[in-house]
Amino acid sequence: MNPQKQGWLDRVPLFCYPKGIDMAQNKSDSTFLKRIWQFFTAVKLTVVLLVLLAATSIIGTVIPQNASPAFYFHNYGESLYKLFSVLNVFDMYNSWWFLALLGLLAVNIVVCSIDRLKSTWKIIFPEKIPFKPQRYRKMKNKTVFETNEDLEKVLPAFKEVLGKKFSFVSENPTDHGVGLYAEKGRWTRIGVYVVHSSILLLLIGALIGGIMGISGTMRLDEGEKGSAISLSGQHQHHDIGFSIKCNSFDVSFYDTGMPEEFRSNLSIIKDGKEVLSSDILVNQPLSFEGYNIYQSSYGTSAAENLELKIQNPKSGMVYTKQVKKGESIKLPEGGGTFELTGFDPNYSFRGHAVGEAFTGILRKGGESEGKQIVLPVKFPTFDRMRRGDLVLSVKDYEKTYYTGLQVAKDPGVPYVYIGFILMIAGCFITFFMSHQSVLVEVNHKNNPGCEVSVAGTANRNSQSMNLKIEKLVSKLKESISS
Amino acid sequence: MTSSLLLSVTTFVYAAASVFYIGAWSFNKKVLSRVGLIVLVAGFIMNTAGILLRWVESYKIGYGHAPFSNMYESLVFFSWTVCLLYLFVEYKYKEKIVGVFATPLIFLAIAYASLAPGMESEITPLIPALKSNWLIAHVITCFLGYAGFAVAFGFSVMYLVRPETTKQNGLATKLPYPGVIDELTYQMVVFGFLFLTIGIITGAVWANSAWGTYWSWDPKETWSLITWFIYATLLHLRMMRGWNGKRIAWVSIVGFMAVLFTYFGVNYFLSGLHSYA
Repeated sequence: MNPQKQGWLDRVPLFCYPKGIDMAQNKSDSTFLKRIWQFFTAVKLTVVLLVLLAATSIIGTVIPQNASPAFYFHNYGESLYKLFSVLNVFDMYNSWWFLALLGLLAVNIVVCSIDRLKSTWKIIFPEKIPFKPQRYRKMKNKTVFETNEDLEKVLPAFKEVLGKKFSFVSENPTDHGVGLYAEKGRWTRIGVYVVHSSILLLLIGALIGGIMGISGTMRLDEGEKGSAISLSGQHQHHDIGFSIKCNSFDVSFYDTGMPEEFRSNLSIIKDGKEVLSSDILVNQPLSFEGYNIYQSSYGTSAAENLELKIQNPKSGMVYTKQVKKGESIKLPEGGGTFELTGFDPNYSFRGHAVGEAFTGILRKGGESEGKQIVLPVKFPTFDRMRRGDLVLSVKDYEKTYYTGLQVAKDPGVPYVYIGFILMIAGCFITFFMSHQSVLVEVNHKNNPGCEVSVAGTANRNSQSMNLKIEKLVSKLKESISS
Repeated sequence: MTSSLLLSVTTFVYAAASVFYIGAWSFNKKVLSRVGLIVLVAGFIMNTAGILLRWVESYKIGYGHAPFSNMYESLVFFSWTVCLLYLFVEYKYKEKIVGVFATPLIFLAIAYASLAPGMESEITPLIPALKSNWLIAHVITCFLGYAGFAVAFGFSVMYLVRPETTKQNGLATKLPYPGVIDELTYQMVVFGFLFLTIGIITGAVWANSAWGTYWSWDPKETWSLITWFIYATLLHLRMMRGWNGKRIAWVSIVGFMAVLFTYFGVNYFLSGLHSYA
């Protein structure tokens, strides 16, 4: 092959690979692919990816996510703003580079698992469980003791003890006597693959949720119904294919003023028919056609039937009067009339939020224009600033609420949940269970009598294996002493 | 007797236990560590009683919830879990002096709860978001995870304090064999990792049932994941790259810093959904 006659693409190993069907024919190709394979099988890569994921994740907890461009521009200046835009730092957990890190981790997991599973599989499902006494004879935890009993008498007792503690026991003749080999937990070697496949399931679930999932909010006044949700983070609406009606909303408070519970009574209306009606609470959502409907917030949408407190600051006289929205009432002491015009759940007075407030028009005598006044619920002395003959304030009123619903559909959730279960099971198997094996060698020594040596190993947690050997030795001694 | 008084007294009992353990280590007296153990067990019983009493009190007031709803309660519970885990380790591995760096953590947590200015120790009602059976599962598993990492941190510090050449004089030589401490550190990390995993998962399932999303990159969530990544790194380094001893001790310390930030830092420096504790 003459390299000078090739195009540049042919010199890039990835592109010339399909030319040679047999990889071994083209040495440079196979070593390149091998190198890629080796790159992904390296634990070094796993470590680098985990550290990078940990380090970069910090960014999104320090820089607020998904705020308005103006916010970032104002807080970070133009040059940083541009840099952040390129790297999508404003939504970094969905940025190309963060997703690429997760993707690399997924490839790393898949390649590592394929690479190692072959040899692990042979260990987990051997054709015949091997007997290799040499391995155990050199072990540090080997314990030797002697007994006056004969080998023939000792063996069945030992076999019984081992049979209780291990799932597999074999009896093998050796040069000087008999070797009893026992083991359990061979299958636990699969645990680490369970953990790693659970991570893949989580990523698949998240991907499905990201592509097919929908999440948004809906605001419904009591008695109102709707079928469109405003999508999170976007100025868009989505029709969910059925209507939700808020029949009623209740909020109860503790005596400290903290909300104790908010409860919406909702009906689902599909094709003009009410198909279901239920209460929802913060931790008790409602499910319908793959959508989950959650109680997420509430607020006051309107207020009716105001009970007005009217006070004459000079004489100290106090009157109360009822007034409905749009209604006009006569004020005492010839103070004219008051018309209730509106209610603002979040009134702003000279840039200060003063909360819920009623607005009305005060007319003296035959005036038609009148004067607009504001009665904030929380500030009963507010109307004093008007310096009128009478001071008006809110005594009581009836509220109607709106309920804030979170409506979400995430078809990835089942995958994620299976991933969760596998992750916990896999971690438990990997960390707290192990493939344990022991060799109990019984050799002829003295007459009558024999020498017993016990040693064992585990693929994890060797420390506790040493303790187990100690216990086993005392059990074995016990079994032949009676 | 009120629960907060009982828990304040517990603070001093834990302080005494730490002093005994440190004394045992400083003067190389086994007797002191035995006394330390007895005092520690006494403190643990009082701590348990304090938590249960607080639970009962909450029902008496009429709020009726498990004492896991604010920073004060979580710190008290943190002390309890670290103490429980440490007692288990001492019982299982029969190592006496290993408590020298772990017991002060138990004391510091509850002392911070009892003595820090601005720490609200009143029993408050539960906000609607926390009213769920997942609260207990989530809090217990997370704190068992934190406890595992805390004890691992204590062991790691111990490992690093011990000089490499074993001179017969000097404080550090009275500690158990480095191999044992190294193994204990690993065991504690593994324990913490399993429970942190379950803690994050119970939190995710709960979030999905309360808010409709199992993961929202809230600072607390993100930091718990960062912590998880760090310990996952530690486990890979140890099991696949053969790291142990000093290097693992340092990674374990870095991991515990992440735990502390997840636990306290997020609440003080960052804002998010997890405003309670």
